[in-house]
Amino acid sequence: MFGIENDPVLLSRLLTALTLGFHVIFATIGVGVPLMIAIAEWMGIKRNDPHYTLMARRWARGFVVTVAVGVVTGTAIGLQLSLLWPNFMQAAGHTIGLPLFMEIFAFFFEAIFLGIYLYTWDRFKSKMRHFLLIIPVVIGASASAFFITTANAFMNFPQGFDMANGVIANVSPLEAMFNPATPTKVSHVIITCYLTAAFILGTIAAIHLLKGSKHEYHKKALKLTMVSGAVFAIATAVIGDLSGKYLHEYQPEKLAAAEWHFETETHAPLILGGVLTEDNEVKYALEIPYALSILAGGLPDSEVVGLNEFPEDELPPLWVHYAFDMMVFIGMYLAFVSTLFAVMSWKKNWNPYNKPLLIMVAAGGPLSMVAIEAGWIFAEVGRQPWLINGIMRVEEGATTSDHVGLMLALFIVLYTILGVTCAVVLRRMFKQNPVEHELEKRGIEQPKRVSNE
Amino acid sequence: MSYELIGITVLWIFLYGYLIVASIDFGAGFFSYYSRITKKKHALHHIIQRYLSPVWEVTNVFLVFFFVGIIGFFPDTAYYYGTALLIPGSISIILLALRGSYYAFATYGAKDSHLYSLLYGATGLLIPASLTTVLTISEGGYLAVDNGNVTLLYGELFTSPYSWGVVFLAVFSVLFISAAFLTYYAAKAKDQQALEVVRKYALSWAFPTITMAFIVFFLLGERNELHFSNMMDLWWMFALSLASFAASVWLIWKRQNYGLAFIFVMVQFFTAFFAYGASHLPYLLYPYLTIYDGFTNESMAIALIAAFIGGLLMLIPSLYLLMRLFLFDAEYLEGRK
Repeated sequence: MFGIENDPVLLSRLLTALTLGFHVIFATIGVGVPLMIAIAEWMGIKRNDPHYTLMARRWARGFVVTVAVGVVTGTAIGLQLSLLWPNFMQAAGHTIGLPLFMEIFAFFFEAIFLGIYLYTWDRFKSKMRHFLLIIPVVIGASASAFFITTANAFMNFPQGFDMANGVIANVSPLEAMFNPATPTKVSHVIITCYLTAAFILGTIAAIHLLKGSKHEYHKKALKLTMVSGAVFAIATAVIGDLSGKYLHEYQPEKLAAAEWHFETETHAPLILGGVLTEDNEVKYALEIPYALSILAGGLPDSEVVGLNEFPEDELPPLWVHYAFDMMVFIGMYLAFVSTLFAVMSWKKNWNPYNKPLLIMVAAGGPLSMVAIEAGWIFAEVGRQPWLINGIMRVEEGATTSDHVGLMLALFIVLYTILGVTCAVVLRRMFKQNPVEHELEKRGIEQPKRVSNE
Repeated sequence: MSYELIGITVLWIFLYGYLIVASIDFGAGFFSYYSRITKKKHALHHIIQRYLSPVWEVTNVFLVFFFVGIIGFFPDTAYYYGTALLIPGSISIILLALRGSYYAFATYGAKDSHLYSLLYGATGLLIPASLTTVLTISEGGYLAVDNGNVTLLYGELFTSPYSWGVVFLAVFSVLFISAAFLTYYAAKAKDQQALEVVRKYALSWAFPTITMAFIVFFLLGERNELHFSNMMDLWWMFALSLASFAASVWLIWKRQNYGLAFIFVMVQFFTAFFAYGASHLPYLLYPYLTIYDGFTNESMAIALIAAFIGGLLMLIPSLYLLMRLFLFDAEYLEGRK
């Protein structure tokens, strides 16, 4: 295939990127949506408003379909890591076996309670009791994101062991888990999952309103998701800033690659957009003076290390700048849209359900998923050429098997089938059973007109 | 007990857990499809759906638990098995992925599709067959290790009577375990019609299962003499297994106490599986890897065992709650909740 069939390293990278790229869509939904379901059900109980309860119920129904794809692709990546990166997993087992193992417990916990939650909607007399069952799901989902991200943080900042003649010794599992990359990475991952989930559900509500539905249910859904979205977006911005400071301190080459920052200097400008010419000149970019120094060190005179300080074969590819910019731009867009909506619905006489704002919200869901992908691509490719930063290069970790190309082709087919069917099933589920219909069926609202059906 | 032994015992218990819950699930998928093409769907469909829907995700976790656990406790297995098993492992992943997602699409997406049902039934038999490759190659003789390069000898794998014996044993066992469980479940749900169907399945798969078990036992003797003689030392465990098998079939045949019958099935597989595993020791992969040279460092082992105990303290009450709500709740079983 394209003359790369004899390169298991490149093919393993592509297959891993494919599986993770596909999995992260469902994993993000899997971490974020339970919280939104919990908020909706809580509102339903507190305000005694059946609209919110139905919202939780419908979200949960769609959620479980995406969970299924998340579970199976998660199983896939779990096994694939050992199949494609046997040497890496050998080293990882010695150092980060603990968080990998704990993630499964969190997942187990979530799986048990999700099963119970879904099948006990009308089983308990007390609504509160059913609500309590979603709490372990939220905790389990976020905890599994926490543990697996600490493993990824370790790959960025490996510590908690000694390396003697290629042999790992004196391992401290907790030190490996709680490395300097862990706090920013974990909080950034979890908060952006919440943000993305809020926007995806917001997009659904916005599309219904744009299509002409005037139903109170969709307005409530939009308000709930956008107000939560605004909170998550502001938190994301704060954590994003801390992540920049982390990179400055511990992985300056990643930050420099993201910002096309070549010379080490103080008062460094932040570069937005632009293209890089072959002799590393930045063109058509918007430069914000001092902003990079402020992002990195908090003060305009902070010195930012440039790419020229590093050996050429230890630098990541410079196109990660585009992924970085895309993530940041979309993040700012989401913060702007959700805050605007929150302010407009707070002011008495303003109508937040106007068409331009609805269109902007509707675009937010897909865009937030693009930002998740771009952010992960930046984080992962930005660590190149290292598999474990400074310890193991990518080519040292890959399998030697000759059949990776064939497997890549098979998995492309598999994910295409899964992705398409999942979309079709979700669409049909909600098309066949619109809100108005379900409100009547459950006796929450009276039918508006007599129908002959 | 050394850390190595604790580690492998923990993992083996989870693999045994997977063996039971996954067998129920895989077999149910097959029976569900079979009942559809033989026009008995109305009798079985309801009972299978009612059991599987809340637990399918949990089943999957047992497997993930095992392979993540083995990397944690025995990181060197990643190197040997990982390199060798790229193709069979990827095929298992693909089958598991199709099965899991199409189950959810069919159940929650509320579309009754013949294709979904076929996928679910067929993968239920293909997955155990593909997963057993790992057990087969652990006996040795299916791998070439050359200059640190591990390759799987496909010719040897596909022409060896032992590897085919294991595949058939796995498939028959899946059908037997599943039918025995569904018999108990149908009886508990007071679903007479379903009970008649699954009881017949249980009885008809009992004989092939035990015959295949004997065949594989002797094929293993030719394959790996050391393992075989170790197994003979544990003959009493296999005898216990056989006795439990006889007791379970007798109870099902006599239409008595299906719950106890299923416990006997669990004992049958527990004793056989643990005797097989114990006699395999110290090898994880004969003759390249033992539990001693593939073991993780001590601090990781302690951390993993601590995490394991903590995890169990959280899991056991949760699993108990799940079972009380869906397995042992008479009203739920009878479809009134």
